[in-house]
Amino acid sequence: MDARVAASASTEFRPVTTTFAADPRQPDPVVRLRGFTRRFGANVIIDGLDLDIAPGEFVALLGRSGSGKTTLLRTLAGLDDIGGQDVTIPGSRAVVFQDARLLPWKRIWRNVALGLGGSDIRARAEAALREVGLGHRLEAWPLTLSGGEAQRAALARALVREPQLLLLDEPFAALDALTRIKMHELVLSLWRTHRPAVLMVTHDVEEAMALADRLLVLDHGRIVAEERITAERGQRTAVARPLRARLLGHLGVDAPEGAYADLIAFPGAAR
Amino acid sequence: MSKPKRESLAHLLARTRWLSPVLLLLLWELGSRIGLIPERTLAAPSAVLGTLMSMTLSGELPSNLLISFGRATLGLAIGASAGLVLGLMAGLSRPGEAVIDPLMQIKRTIPVVALSPLFIVWFGIGETPKIALIAFATLFPIYLNLYNGIRSVDVRLVDAARSFGLTRAQLILHVILPGALPSLFVGLRYSLSLSVLLLVIAEQINASAGLGYLVNNARDFMRTDIIVLCLMVYALLGLAADYLVRLLERRALAWRPNLVEA
Ligand SMILES: Nc1ncnc2c1ncn2[C@@H]1O[C@H](COP(=O)(O)OP(=O)(O)OP(=O)(O)O)[C@@H](O)[C@H]1O
Ligand SMILES: [Mg+2]
Repeated sequence: MDARVAASASTEFRPVTTTFAADPRQPDPVVRLRGFTRRFGANVIIDGLDLDIAPGEFVALLGRSGSGKTTLLRTLAGLDDIGGQDVTIPGSRAVVFQDARLLPWKRIWRNVALGLGGSDIRARAEAALREVGLGHRLEAWPLTLSGGEAQRAALARALVREPQLLLLDEPFAALDALTRIKMHELVLSLWRTHRPAVLMVTHDVEEAMALADRLLVLDHGRIVAEERITAERGQRTAVARPLRARLLGHLGVDAPEGAYADLIAFPGAAR
Repeated sequence: MSKPKRESLAHLLARTRWLSPVLLLLLWELGSRIGLIPERTLAAPSAVLGTLMSMTLSGELPSNLLISFGRATLGLAIGASAGLVLGLMAGLSRPGEAVIDPLMQIKRTIPVVALSPLFIVWFGIGETPKIALIAFATLFPIYLNLYNGIRSVDVRLVDAARSFGLTRAQLILHVILPGALPSLFVGLRYSLSLSVLLLVIAEQINASAGLGYLVNNARDFMRTDIIVLCLMVYALLGLAADYLVRLLERRALAWRPNLVEA
């Protein structure tokens, strides 16, 4: 559509196989799914999905509500039984959910230290909390934190494990716009420092375009579109406009290119 | 002008909640003094106070109180431990649930007090049937609340903990049991008040020592002062038990928001 967009060429509405098999320079992926299928009763939620995620790669997963994003993420988190399918996930994983899911009966630093082994647990938890700007709330009870603080604590709890794979399920959806911007900066800086592979589920196209190297759109259990952004973060304004329109198209919104304010005014945008 | 005055009266009454009980006591004392309330019907508060002094000094009250207290504590300890073990087994394992829960639901339908004749046949009329009765009654609230508490622990928290690779033992220790604790305290509170109630009932049946024995004796000699005194002691036992649970709760559930603010 637009020459300035460095997206993989052929992504229009057909299942895309996102693998690195063709590229020998790529290191072994940390996540590798082949023909992965997940059913609940007769409902096929994930349908023969192939997915590779490279070490240190930042992937955003978009999709309509109910398209199976959380289901996929749970599999990558090792929370669901995969029933002997061809699924490779790394040994060290961590998840941040939309709700922070801190254990209310443990003080913040103990939440961060949950399940850690070794001797200097407290020091490691403290360092992680300082990194997310919560060095002053080490001894606080989780229920006394604000939403943004709780989410930062959840990030610290995930990163203290130095995971190879960091899974984020709409981690900022419940935050106000200002806090969300701060969180985006924080996530990026943490990602640059620790370099985990990231899979971030989001409904927010802007968020996905700002943070990720690669964007996947999930629909009816298949990846229907893949976009790669090679432009540096912070220099994506030019890329964003046409990409946004395309992504919204994949998500079932007929939208012209343009800013959000204009999209909304577009008659009959939502299908 | 009259409105703020009435408001301040309401405030005053709210702050002097002790007033009406004290008034009642005074009326009661007055009624006894002028002969409106015969001593055989109800002893005067002053007489009860006097009996309290004399029975405490003679050691009669403390020694019998100790015996009753021992019965309640032992019965509760046995009942609570059994409830704890059964609740853990049913809550943490499906086979355990399948075996234990039906039995407990059947047990629930039987009024414990109705079992006392059977307990007397089995255990005689000594200490054992009394303690067994208390244990049997206090078991259930602990069991039920712990079991429910474990089963209703927030699955989202369990998922989060599992995603960090916690082992099953760590999961139980750090997530499931702390999550079930508030519910366990509810059960403990029920069990404590049940233990006092069952103590009273068990001691009415047959006792050669303890508060119930004092009451039975007093009944035979129409000593209403002793009966009232023992009623007060029972009430105090119940209050003390409640206070104890509150204290424990405040320590163990310090993370709860209503307590956090305080
Ligand atoms: N445990 C389950 N049992 C039955 N159906 C389920 C279960 N979990 C998810 N589903 C179904 O699978 C579908 C996908 O759910 P999922 O939570 O993955 O969607 P999602 O893409 O994360 O949606 P959202 O954006 O709203 O979070 C939904 O239709 C949901 O009802
Ligand atoms: Mg979801």
